[in-house]
Amino acid sequence: MKSYADPYIAGAGLGLVLLASFVLTGRGLGASGAFGEAIAFFTRDGFFARYASDHWLLFELAGVLTGGFLSALFAKRLTLRVERGPAVSTRSRLAIAFAGGTIMGIGAVLARGCTSGLALTGGALLAVGSWVFLLAAFAAAYLAAPLARRIWR
Amino acid sequence: MTAFAIGIAFGFALERAGLGDARKLAGQFYCTDFTVLKVLFTAIVTAMLGAFWLARFGVLDLASVYVPETFLAPQLAGGAIFGVGFLLAGLCPGTSCVAAASGRGDGAMVLLGMFAGVLLTGLGFRAIATFYESTARGAWTLPELLDVPRGTAIAMIVAIALGTFALVERRA
Repeated sequence: MKSYADPYIAGAGLGLVLLASFVLTGRGLGASGAFGEAIAFFTRDGFFARYASDHWLLFELAGVLTGGFLSALFAKRLTLRVERGPAVSTRSRLAIAFAGGTIMGIGAVLARGCTSGLALTGGALLAVGSWVFLLAAFAAAYLAAPLARRIWR
Repeated sequence: MTAFAIGIAFGFALERAGLGDARKLAGQFYCTDFTVLKVLFTAIVTAMLGAFWLARFGVLDLASVYVPETFLAPQLAGGAIFGVGFLLAGLCPGTSCVAAASGRGDGAMVLLGMFAGVLLTGLGFRAIATFYESTARGAWTLPELLDVPRGTAIAMIVAIALGTFALVERRA
């Protein structure tokens, strides 16, 4: 198992991927919107109508899964496991992960994006809403962290 | 096809950085691991500077790049809700894909949770529709907000990023 890359180098690499996306496609990266696009296969009512004609993010997120898999494979980091804090059982961790995902889904719909499509992409394009989102997310996570200490420490 | 290729590179970079590991991401909020901050801020600065200079040299037409629109109140509230979910999950939507793809069960559960959250909010959208559309500011940018040239706003962000890096490196 190889150790992880230097975060600054990985970050610069990620930034170049984002830049390539700007140049090649005129848009940045994304993640949460893909969930809307996937749901739009089943219902196009109301909110999901906006996702009906676009599958860009689904293809991109399929790529993220593939890229993540390949990178882990090449670095021999591909093993079945559950990441959890020392004081939490595997079962509780899975339940908490589901709850966390659900809460993020709600937040991402309200904010029109997540860490990828709003914070990272819009951050690099100097969008005010992206920086508002990013600061709000970090502030909330830091404020809640002492209450959630048992999950991670 | 382009979308798929860009996604592969995106997922690859996230996995290389170690961002498939929820404990690593959660460490950010207990000040034990600053990988999230370093990767996110470096990526933002790299793409921001790259886009600025490519536009200067006429390689990239910034007007043709989609800028996420600002809706102040829902993005503030959505960001706060998202942050709490991020802390509990230890992963964000993109990194949960990498976590799941590298064999982590918690990553798969975050993905399922994301589906549930987006579905629930979408189905109950009528209740939040007014709030969702409120405080719309269009493609509003920091240089417009601060009333400075784009290059100045970029220089300010670079300075803040470098200062933050210096601070966390000193802690470590």
